[in-house]
Amino acid sequence: MINKDFFFKGYKSILAHDSPAIALGCCFIAIGALLKNLGFNIQESIFSTMLTYALPGSLVMAESLLVGASLLNIFLAVWFVNARLYPMAVSLFPLMMHEDQPKWKYYFSCHFIAVSAWLIMKSNYKTIPEKYRIDYWIGIGSATWSVAVIGTLIGFYFSEYLNKEMMMGLAILNPVYFLCMMVGAFKTRQVTLSVLLGIILGPVFYFFSPEWSILLGGVVGGTIAYLVGEKNVN
Amino acid sequence: MSTSIVLAILVTSLATFLSRFLGAVSSEGIKETSKIFKWFNCLAYATLAALIARTIIFPVGVMDDSSYLVRFVVVVLSLTVFFISKKNYVYPTIFSAISMAILVNYF
Repeated sequence: MINKDFFFKGYKSILAHDSPAIALGCCFIAIGALLKNLGFNIQESIFSTMLTYALPGSLVMAESLLVGASLLNIFLAVWFVNARLYPMAVSLFPLMMHEDQPKWKYYFSCHFIAVSAWLIMKSNYKTIPEKYRIDYWIGIGSATWSVAVIGTLIGFYFSEYLNKEMMMGLAILNPVYFLCMMVGAFKTRQVTLSVLLGIILGPVFYFFSPEWSILLGGVVGGTIAYLVGEKNVN
Repeated sequence: MSTSIVLAILVTSLATFLSRFLGAVSSEGIKETSKIFKWFNCLAYATLAALIARTIIFPVGVMDDSSYLVRFVVVVLSLTVFFISKKNYVYPTIFSAISMAILVNYF
């Protein structure tokens, strides 16, 4: 089963001085308020955060519902915007694989793949013994997931007290937090170049195809950064 | 619960879980030191960076009503706070929310 020591060590990571809890909680407060304004009830709002647990995906769903999009359209739009989770999973799970650990832990815990948890794990995995990294990851994921659910709950009930300026403040908080975490992750030339190229190419591709801009920016920028990094190593 | 909202939530969660699950399944057998792992690591960072840049430059939702100048100033000032505070993540984040809420009233 799950090793309690490492699970709680992971869970407590949100209490650290550079914890994502505040930023993540505030973002989901904004989501809670948005869902209420869209006509969701409290059960639907909580259900949405628990099952999706991905901020851009929830935003896309909310927008799609607003314009009366079909279920197929919602599926495709969310799939595009959340396709980033695929390379995130492939670049994280090999760090946690261990032959003594059952497969179900990996399949179950892939639900926790989200930017905050991913960045925390990426910066801390070396301090955890390989065998228990998956338990530590489940701890981090459970903690960030709980914060998201609580944030949605607060946002839903306090939405009438949030004016437009406050909602804008909550909306900018998430990209700024992620940007700081990514700048903090500038440890190798490949990662630094990947982030810089992604920042430039994402908006550039937006002019050609808004739907594909994130994926194209990521694939082209990431591949160039990888090739440049490999060439320099060789 | 209304049926259309519940179906939309289920479809959204399925579309999201698909990428996560496929990622977990296909990472079996990939070594941390392999080239494919390094490549996917670059793809992940670049995709996240593209997402962040798009959210700030071409926002959707409530932030769309703020000007480019305000968003740009808030991001630059927040990054300055990040470096001044010796790479603390909490101060620039809180600063960004407060400065955004104040600045949108003036620009």
